[in-house]
Amino acid sequence: MDNTASGFDIDLAVDITDVVCPVTFVRTKVALEDLEDGQVASIRMNDGEPVQNVPRSVKDEGHKILKLIDNGDGTYSLIVRKAG
Amino acid sequence: MATVDYKALKNGGFMRQKQKGCFSLRLKVVGGNLTAAQLATIASVAEKFGAGRVHLTSRQGVEIPFIKLEDIDAVKSELLDGGVFTGVCGPRVRTVTACQGSDICPSGCIATYPLAVEISERYFGRELPHKFKFGVTGCQNNCLKAEENDLGIKGGYLIKQEKSLCTLCGVCVKACRRGAIKISDGSLELTEASCNYCGRCVKSCPSEAWQGEPGYIVSFGGTFGNQIAKGKELAPITADKAALFRLADAAVDFFAGHANPGERFRAAIDRVGWDDFADTVAKAYENG
Repeated sequence: MDNTASGFDIDLAVDITDVVCPVTFVRTKVALEDLEDGQVASIRMNDGEPVQNVPRSVKDEGHKILKLIDNGDGTYSLIVRKAG
Repeated sequence: MATVDYKALKNGGFMRQKQKGCFSLRLKVVGGNLTAAQLATIASVAEKFGAGRVHLTSRQGVEIPFIKLEDIDAVKSELLDGGVFTGVCGPRVRTVTACQGSDICPSGCIATYPLAVEISERYFGRELPHKFKFGVTGCQNNCLKAEENDLGIKGGYLIKQEKSLCTLCGVCVKACRRGAIKISDGSLELTEASCNYCGRCVKSCPSEAWQGEPGYIVSFGGTFGNQIAKGKELAPITADKAALFRLADAAVDFFAGHANPGERFRAAIDRVGWDDFADTVAKAYENG
């Protein structure tokens, strides 16, 4: 993961572009469980259904979404600070 | 032997079967909800008086087939003791259907079940020229298929922006399926004409910069039987439940006042004219 491009200090980079719903969310949830409170993850996901729905699921889990970055290659990176 | 009043039986939810002397007993279910205790009662009655099984209807109802004519009173009494009521058939307001809604479903914009109960208490069983169906769906995903009902209610969010809270994170731009939200010059822009009140911006926003008030989108004249036609939205979304019930009252009264016996709501509106009906709807919407 390219830390400098995002402008955030990334503690963990996760790529969910190779899976589909609902595994997209499952892998995201499992990855966030490995982090300490306050640490930041970058989750790379495909355009379409994942980017429409994964951010909301992450929010519903109580984490803080900081940014959604358009990578310009049909993927997006969701920057999330772990909470709870 | 006394003559059997089939019409009275049908009014009480007893559907005559092909098998002589057998009835499929329709039960009252509101919004697709039954308690475990009610299910246990239904199971017991089906074992004791039926064929040990039930049929789940296309509109969230339950029917117990193979009930014998001579058992009707005993069946009714055992059901009542277990808190289960018989349904209705024929020319009247039928089962009110609902999805799980915002009490349970993350996508829901309105609390569908309490609303279905309220509608059922107000209209269920009311005598009309023909059947009349209400359905309540919680959001634009429309799992409950609002527009196939004579009167359909769909939940939405009336949205507003709190720009000071926006972090320009970009989540809502992608969450919106209508392309109604853009970020330009460091500011969020909404094309209101493109908004369908789905509320996905509100539900996905991490900073409460999008806020939503639950509202009702009402459609009229849907039918999905011999004739298939989509109900039409004739009034703007409203957050006012009193306005919703004014619309429902107006629709039911229009049906009662204008339809010929045996004529569905849709056919009556088609015959009398959609302009006339739209006027009725507009007056009901405005006269608070």
